[in-house]
Amino acid sequence: MDTISKNLLAEIADIHEIPEGAYNIRANGKLQSRNTTANIDIVTKTDKPGIDIIIAPGTKNESVHIPVIISESGLTDLVYNDFFIGEGADVVIVAGCGIHNCGDQESGHDGIHTFHVGKNAKVKYIEKHYGEADGSGGNIMNPTTIVEMDEDSYLEMETTQIKGIDSTNRVTKGRLADRATFIVKEKIMTHGTQYASTDFDVQLDGVDSSTNVISRSVARGKSKQKFLAAISGNNKCAGHSECDAILMDDAIVTAIPQLTAANVDASLVHEAAIGKIAGEQLIKLMTLGLTEEEAEEEIVNGFLK
Amino acid sequence: MLELKNISYVVEDEKEIIKDVSLSISEGFIAITGPNGGGKSTLAKIIAGIIKPTSGQILFDGQDITDMSVTDRAKLGISYAFQTPVKFKGITVKDLLSLAAGKNTTVAESCNILSEVGLCARDYINREVNASLSGGELKRIEIAMIIARSTKLSIFDEPEAGIDLWSFNSLIKVFEKMHEKINGSILIISHQERILNIADQIIVISEGKVKQTGTKEEVWPDLMAEGTCSVLAQKVG
Ligand SMILES: Nc1ncnc2c1ncn2[C@@H]1O[C@H](COP(=O)(O)OP(=O)(O)O)[C@@H](O)[C@H]1O
Ligand SMILES: [Mg+2]
Repeated sequence: MDTISKNLLAEIADIHEIPEGAYNIRANGKLQSRNTTANIDIVTKTDKPGIDIIIAPGTKNESVHIPVIISESGLTDLVYNDFFIGEGADVVIVAGCGIHNCGDQESGHDGIHTFHVGKNAKVKYIEKHYGEADGSGGNIMNPTTIVEMDEDSYLEMETTQIKGIDSTNRVTKGRLADRATFIVKEKIMTHGTQYASTDFDVQLDGVDSSTNVISRSVARGKSKQKFLAAISGNNKCAGHSECDAILMDDAIVTAIPQLTAANVDASLVHEAAIGKIAGEQLIKLMTLGLTEEEAEEEIVNGFLK
Repeated sequence: MLELKNISYVVEDEKEIIKDVSLSISEGFIAITGPNGGGKSTLAKIIAGIIKPTSGQILFDGQDITDMSVTDRAKLGISYAFQTPVKFKGITVKDLLSLAAGKNTTVAESCNILSEVGLCARDYINREVNASLSGGELKRIEIAMIIARSTKLSIFDEPEAGIDLWSFNSLIKVFEKMHEKINGSILIISHQERILNIADQIIVISEGKVKQTGTKEEVWPDLMAEGTCSVLAQKVG
């Protein structure tokens, strides 16, 4: 593997050497390397690009890494990844896409990830999007995540996109059965003329199902962000969404809550706060000897940590 | 060490919050007291550079700092513990201590500082400095940052607020230890007799003016007699 690919892997998946456990590394639209374990199988799809990740029921304390890296300019990669998480499994899944675009053509990755989470299964899904560019070509990512959750299952999705991606349109859809829990923690930073749109649609179908969608973002320069959180309470359930954005320079942030309650025992809440860095936070750090710019940097980094 | 010359601060509607204040602050413990709304915090902010006075001059070790930024004053050796601590999102106690110390403080160093302000380090070091902390906890972290900085001039704005009786003695120990270490001035805005007790100099600020300045023996009888500060009287009584 070349240095650029190694750097991308380190950025998106914290992978420095070959990861432990199951993994599937995709580079420039092709399988680069793969490892399966006794409990986790990875199979290439035959009808379309992508893989099936099959996790046996009861699998505990195992992880799967499926990073995608693109270092060729002008390549647009589309993959379908399906995760079948067996009943009672408890696993960590690390996905991520890194683009290094050194040319002047657009590079892109559109991943469609579908999770079938079995009864009582527990999943932590970490996804990181990262882009670098030496040339003038744009980096584009449009990830779609579809989550189907069976009874008593739990999925926590942590998604991060810090700089580097010029345009992103993220779609996340969830459907929850009885007592299932779906947590999303999203972190986004845009700068320049970047555009990031995230669109959540969670259907709380099951009794006592719950979701918490939390987005923290920083918009700088002339970048634009749109956050849409649609939660439907179709049963006795609890839904909460939160958009907390720091606005800088000439950026624009739009937060759109959309709560639909179709059951009197559905409890749905949305919170949104968009604003500049609090002046008193800057002043406090300046009294510790930081310049205004350094203070701003600390506040932003802390906020997205 | 610190000299204020004819400092005035006027806000819109010509309301004069600080009226021609001249003060000379030497090394040691200096307490500022006086009624609420008298202008104590405003004066502290003027010294730290957070508020620009409408007129007057500020000298720090003989150097004119009147037009100096907050950052530059901090670098020169002025620290200010706010009356109302600032909350953040995502920034931890350890982050703030490191920023205050101007270096990456080790866990051991952070622990020492936190235990000085009566916080069990293990429970706090990685806590975010946000609304999940109580007023008293935030207040102690605010003081811990000043300890981490250890500068020539440290200003504490009502440090006793939210601090219970047990930690009150420790608070005084913090000041005494700091005094030994920095050999500079510790300026404490307070209503507490026990803090006024350790002061070498007491300054009474009322209605934006210096009402009186002197030793405890000189100032105390007047403070009590005039009931300048009912809060003070209550706390003593
Ligand atoms: N920017 C401002 N505009 C108007 N009034 C102010 C401003 N800042 C402070 N004040 C007023 O100045 C007075 C002094 O406030 P402060 O310095 O906080 O007093 P202290 O700390 O002694 O209680 C108060 O009456 C306060 O309301
Ligand atoms: Mg005050």
